[in-house]
Amino acid sequence: MTVAEGTVIVVPAKAETHFSAARASDWWIPAFAGMTKPLVRRIFFGLVLLLAIIAGLSPAQAVRPDEMLADPALEARAREVSRDLRCLVCRNQSIDDSDADLAHDLRVLVRERVTVGDSNEQVIAFVRARYGDFVLLRPPFAIGTALLWGGPLLVLLLGGLVIARFYRRRDEAAPPPLSPEERQRLSALLAEEDGSR
Amino acid sequence: MRRRGWLYALPVVIFAALAAAFFYGLQIDSNTLPSALIDQPAPRFELPPLPGHEPGFSSADLAGHVSLVNTFASWCTPCRAEHPVLQALAATKRVPIYGIDYKDKQDAALAWIAALGNPYTRIGADDGRVGIDWGVYGVPETFVVDRAGRIRYKHVGPLTQADLDRTILPLVAQFEK
Repeated sequence: MTVAEGTVIVVPAKAETHFSAARASDWWIPAFAGMTKPLVRRIFFGLVLLLAIIAGLSPAQAVRPDEMLADPALEARAREVSRDLRCLVCRNQSIDDSDADLAHDLRVLVRERVTVGDSNEQVIAFVRARYGDFVLLRPPFAIGTALLWGGPLLVLLLGGLVIARFYRRRDEAAPPPLSPEERQRLSALLAEEDGSR
Repeated sequence: MRRRGWLYALPVVIFAALAAAFFYGLQIDSNTLPSALIDQPAPRFELPPLPGHEPGFSSADLAGHVSLVNTFASWCTPCRAEHPVLQALAATKRVPIYGIDYKDKQDAALAWIAALGNPYTRIGADDGRVGIDWGVYGVPETFVVDRAGRIRYKHVGPLTQADLDRTILPLVAQFEK
């Protein structure tokens, strides 16, 4: 956009004061320069603390000690299976994460099946037969889930097409190279300019 | 730029398409999950009775006639809302209703039945395991089981008289043919 001469551009006064109050030089130039200022330091440590809290918020374990199997290998397998099964009460948690009563029952069931010698796949099939595909946190590839699984690829493909089109158009739009006559004229003009300096 | 005039309409078209998709999505009840057991044989089970309401309820009871299987619990508020509807249906003797008392305390269940009435032909007390076999993920849930003992329909949530009249009873009639 070009601004016609004589146009008065009004900048709200507030924007100005806001900017100066923040002391732009402290904020944006070397990160450490501002660290001597108490406010900035406080914000910095606040952020570090926040990150630490977020990191500490990894999903709490719902598995109760009395559910656990004595055999660590079987228990590990039960945990592995549990992480792939959706809690149907809370929907977006696995039964391994959920405190719901049904999740507790299913965890016990998974441990029972593992104990009697089912493979991981057999345990999952057992639960799936009762609750359907919805119980799987990793949905199987089917017609109904094709878009879900193929979506990222589709987006990648579309993006590639857009980029390819952009470059093709740019190449087409580029002016044709100079003809020998034009080249001659250009060097003549350039020489003339050099001479006049 | 004239030949690209349709591009200006694109945002409107996209908005309209999204609005239509979202509106359609609003109609979907995401709390109701499809049952994996539709058209499958009902699970085999044998549930103990509530004292005073013998015998219990087992899969053998379902053979030979169309029946409703209703999961309930005394701790479940929607079940209380549903109860008068079941009582009214039981009074018509149209179709037997079997009850699965799901993860309940015996005393509480007995008090509940005593206070509100017993619409069930038979009641089985379930600690949760048979519920899993039925694919139950909450109470109340109501199943329509056909003569061959197959689960044909599942209703999630409290039944209303309208649900009975519009869906459940027509299905019962259909499966009885």
